[in-house]
Amino acid sequence: MPEAPKPTLAFFDFASCEGCQIEFTNYGDEATLELLKHIDIVEFREAMTETSPGRIDIALVEGSFTREEDRARLQDIRHRAKVVIAYGACACTGGINALKNHQDDFAEYVYGADASMPHLRSGTARPISAAIKVDYEVLGCPMSKEELLNVLSNLLHGTRYIAPTYPVCVQCKRRETVCRFDEGDYCMGQVARAGCGAPCPADGIPCEACRGFVEDANLPALEKVLVERAGFSQTRAVGKSRMFTANLRS
Amino acid sequence: MGQNIHIDVHHLTRVEGHGNILVNVTDGVVEQCEWQVPEAPRFFEAMVRGRHYSEVARIVSRICGICSIGHTLASVKATETALGIEITPQTRKLRTLLKHAENFDSHVLHVYILVAPDLLGAPSAFALVPTHAEVVARALRLKRLAHEWGSLIGGRTTHPTTVLPGGFSKVPTVAELEAMRAKLAEAVPDLDATLATITALAPAIPAFQRPTEYMALTSDEEYGLYDGYIQTILADGSRARYEVADYRSCTNEYVSPQSTAKFTKNRLDSYAVGALARFNVNYDQLHPKAKEFAESLGMSPVCTNPYFNSVAQVVEIVHSAYEALRLFDELIADGVVEEPLVQPSRWGTGASAVEVPRGILFHEYAYDDEGLCTDANCIIPTNQNHANIQADFDALLPELMASEKTEDEMRLALEMLVRAYDPCISCSTHNLDVEFIR
Repeated sequence: MPEAPKPTLAFFDFASCEGCQIEFTNYGDEATLELLKHIDIVEFREAMTETSPGRIDIALVEGSFTREEDRARLQDIRHRAKVVIAYGACACTGGINALKNHQDDFAEYVYGADASMPHLRSGTARPISAAIKVDYEVLGCPMSKEELLNVLSNLLHGTRYIAPTYPVCVQCKRRETVCRFDEGDYCMGQVARAGCGAPCPADGIPCEACRGFVEDANLPALEKVLVERAGFSQTRAVGKSRMFTANLRS
Repeated sequence: MGQNIHIDVHHLTRVEGHGNILVNVTDGVVEQCEWQVPEAPRFFEAMVRGRHYSEVARIVSRICGICSIGHTLASVKATETALGIEITPQTRKLRTLLKHAENFDSHVLHVYILVAPDLLGAPSAFALVPTHAEVVARALRLKRLAHEWGSLIGGRTTHPTTVLPGGFSKVPTVAELEAMRAKLAEAVPDLDATLATITALAPAIPAFQRPTEYMALTSDEEYGLYDGYIQTILADGSRARYEVADYRSCTNEYVSPQSTAKFTKNRLDSYAVGALARFNVNYDQLHPKAKEFAESLGMSPVCTNPYFNSVAQVVEIVHSAYEALRLFDELIADGVVEEPLVQPSRWGTGASAVEVPRGILFHEYAYDDEGLCTDANCIIPTNQNHANIQADFDALLPELMASEKTEDEMRLALEMLVRAYDPCISCSTHNLDVEFIR
């Protein structure tokens, strides 16, 4: 009896560091070869020459939407794919690319007098959801590769992955990590969306909310805490709260 | 009547980032032969302005997911120079071990997943699963090993967490180092099998010679990776030395209309960086096992075949594995202690250079007296190679036209040439040209 066709998966990238694709190569031989038993990877420009111009079941999209000419490419992906997964902070929120959204001289600073050359044009860095409908988001910078497996596994089983909505502080408490503020540092875990397992505070650095904010995050209170407990200037506190989340606040 | 050739590779596959190859030959006359870089520019140097020195490395790390360890190390080193921070010997040793992990990791990915399919006549490593299952499994095992090795020291390999100006936020325990050393030692059969695979595939590497200038970091103590001065070598063996602080004098960036990444040049119209450049500049300091492998393939400095950059990467995989075993042993023997971060002793400007998988990487920052960044500059290996790739194209196309090759074979030869450089294009489009106020 012939085997039922496996769901097809394709990778696409826009303005990003492509680190989330690299994370996909870090599962090791067992997990990767097992995954390949259940899905067919049909397009992955960074790793394969084959392309698949037709319909695909799952599209994984990395990177921010920064140029109007990328809109048509995104729409084509949406048109071809049953499910679109935005993976990584750049695709989900604009990520680190959005830091420039608060500047008006970035092109002149980088390219000087050549900044007006047409091929160097770049607009606001936006999530891909600004151009197309997105079905799932795998947050983080880099994305959580465990979460991506979880999303894919749920899809293969016909169920739906539900991302946590509580803040990173909950996950720090759960793994008994000493609070960064108690170490004389600062942190944004109190307003950052969990799901990563809080690796950064456990490694001795602050959470910088690479997964975005929890709903109804109290941002004025975040700034106040950064000023009063960590001794930041008001300017630095505002800048800090934009690190990966420049599109999520004023 | 002359040849008509039209090659249009839009968004070349199996490279990091976006590049195009365009060739138009009409009636034997080359009208266009271009390596184009249309990657969306991302403006990192502008984005770090106003950022505190403690977080700059975590922003610029996001320039590139593959060489994020290298960007992090280059960034903290430049910041340390700017702020008068002297790191401890333990920090230096751990960082060197982390650097080896990144080069090993990236080279394994490039050689196995991006280059080997061309040499085996397959479109991708996934297509090799049915026919070369053991090779693919071995590649994934070695990749995973490097990921664990880098994560042990850097917290993770994509955007490391623990590497900070002044030291580490967390160091591995001796027990963890012992366990990792054992895993690396167990991988020696996989390493030997890698050499056998590459030896078997080497005859499929195109024969093409184009002497150029090769630039790499050189250290008196070791094969330059983490630290040193800038050195270049020409095919005739003549060398030139530059200090890291003077990196602009040997990179000479300029904007080209065919690229969103800037191009560079030095003694010639272009130069090459990367594994082959390091091999050519610093061959004598390679581990004996690495030299042994190079010699077995008849490869010696100065090697002027750019396709051999992939072989030089394998030579470096061997070097990094054996050097890492030595560094693990030293760290285990000396013990590892938690050290407080070394604090700034001044505010100013500083530059650094690190050898990342694709070549020499420069970072430079200026900080004000609140520790906030006022200026930044990064010169990335791949954008130092773009002009050299173009010069290779200009030399290779006439050779291909004079041969009996079909258009498809020519396209493959040009694609393989670009892949040999292991370009990291998303990295290369974040350059700038600012006047530092000193």
